[in-house]
Amino acid sequence: MKHKVTRAAGTGFTHLVLGGYTLLALFPILLVIINSVKSKDGIFDSPLSLPTAETWSLVGFEKVLAKSPFIHFFGNSLTVTLVSLVLILVLGAMAAWALSEYRFRGSKLLAIYMAFGIMVPIRLGTVSILELVVKLELTNTLTALILVYVAQGLPLAIMILGEFIQQVPKELKEAARCDGVGEFKIFFQIILPLIRPAVATVAVFTMVPIWNDLWFPLILAPGEETQTVTLGVQQFIGQYVTDWNAVLASLSLAVLPVLVMYVFASRQLIRGITAGAVK
Amino acid sequence: MKRAFPWHIAVFLAPAFLIYTVFSALPLLDTLRLGFFTTYDSGHQTFVGLANYIKLLTDPDWSAGFWNAMHNNIKFFLIVMFVQNPIALLLAALLSMHGVRGAKGYQTLIFLPTLLSVVIIGFIWQLILSPLWGVSEKLMGFVGLADWFQPWLGDESSALITLSLISVWQFVGVPMMLIYASLIAIPDEIIEAARIEGASSWHIFWTIRLPLILPTLGLVTILTFVGNFNAFDLIYAVKGAIAGPNYSTDLLGTFFYRTFFGYQSQIGSPTMGAAVATTMFLIILSGVGVYFYFIQRKLQRFAF
Repeated sequence: MKHKVTRAAGTGFTHLVLGGYTLLALFPILLVIINSVKSKDGIFDSPLSLPTAETWSLVGFEKVLAKSPFIHFFGNSLTVTLVSLVLILVLGAMAAWALSEYRFRGSKLLAIYMAFGIMVPIRLGTVSILELVVKLELTNTLTALILVYVAQGLPLAIMILGEFIQQVPKELKEAARCDGVGEFKIFFQIILPLIRPAVATVAVFTMVPIWNDLWFPLILAPGEETQTVTLGVQQFIGQYVTDWNAVLASLSLAVLPVLVMYVFASRQLIRGITAGAVK
Repeated sequence: MKRAFPWHIAVFLAPAFLIYTVFSALPLLDTLRLGFFTTYDSGHQTFVGLANYIKLLTDPDWSAGFWNAMHNNIKFFLIVMFVQNPIALLLAALLSMHGVRGAKGYQTLIFLPTLLSVVIIGFIWQLILSPLWGVSEKLMGFVGLADWFQPWLGDESSALITLSLISVWQFVGVPMMLIYASLIAIPDEIIEAARIEGASSWHIFWTIRLPLILPTLGLVTILTFVGNFNAFDLIYAVKGAIAGPNYSTDLLGTFFYRTFFGYQSQIGSPTMGAAVATTMFLIILSGVGVYFYFIQRKLQRFAF
């Protein structure tokens, strides 16, 4: 009997802590979204309540969309993220395959060289990256961002994909080779489809830092034409800092795409982290 | 029989190798080289040996700013380390208990803020803590603490602590997930055996589960270290490149940015910037080195 009581108390405590922390994690985000659809009076008089018929207002969103090319920024972020992602996954998988499948002189050294970028932030090379980008006449282009993000994402992608490629049964490859199937065909038609779950995991991991980055857009592509959402919102808020409707709306616009993505990808992402960490 | 050159290997490797080398490895090496040069007003660069580093560490015009940023960065790291990771451990331990209903849901929601841009999070908290809006004051009023409210982000003595707590709030989900994953990977038999011996849950946690997840705690520590000694976005979004008030929130990342690009009256210098970046590189490298050569090796021996 006493045991049961302590247990119930324990469960209660567990849910109190977890629930409380969950509330703390969500509250700031919800607060911004709720207030982004209110009038200025609503925002200041009753920030904690849901919008009512009286306080409901989309004026913030109208202002943001009128004053800044938000949709354009969004397009830039989408282009940079998706192109970088595809390149990282395809080139990363190819390199991971080469490094884990073929034994050649210097293959170990090459693997260590590529892995170096996992721990050392690419940011530290910014002075020279900017020089290089200027020399190549790529300043204020999305291409510059894409190249840098691919270089940034490759090391981790190669490591994780390599681990999965090593788990592909030897017999599959040997059988294909006996049948005279070429190495490229083996990789693209047998290996790549087999490691699809790993590719999806790496995709989610790689996407988030690219989408959210402020540093490289700020330094390599600060022009209005090439601004990403993160930089665009940062600049917009700097300019309209006193216009609370516009600020809240721009924050909500930046948060919503990520929320939508998370609704679809959260299981994949969490499974990926859990699986990756156990290794 | 002479074997043909393995072209397929080269084709598989070349694109990744080239992009990584040209846009990551070489720029990093070139930055290390540039740190030994100085830039003249004409744009011409000359080799000056360790002069930049001596200037950075001893010249009063530079060293005050550098040591301030360094000091702040250590403080930032320590706060994150000793607030974020214990909270993460507590949450992970609760999540990994048997039969906690809705554990997946809690995980998913607590992890959510880590996916948002640091810039967005910075702005959101700036609004919430703003005395103009008064949301924090109102919330604190519910528990009778309204008088305790301060504009923490604007105060020199509390701005850095507030920013580091914002960072904790945002990223606690990452160590939580890593620790959770290693906790659920512990075989049930070990825990069962201890329980049959009569050990309490509390005892099992401290003497069995915690030692077994030490490698993960080591990993979490090094990830926190690398992330914090290279932080920039949060300070820049909330406080700008000047990292006010009075440089009290200046970290190595913002210091590097100002050195490289200049601010107010000071003209930016790529070579001084490279020297700062190299210093950051050495700090991060030594952290990673300590992790690999001592902690990782020792812990592995311990685990098996």
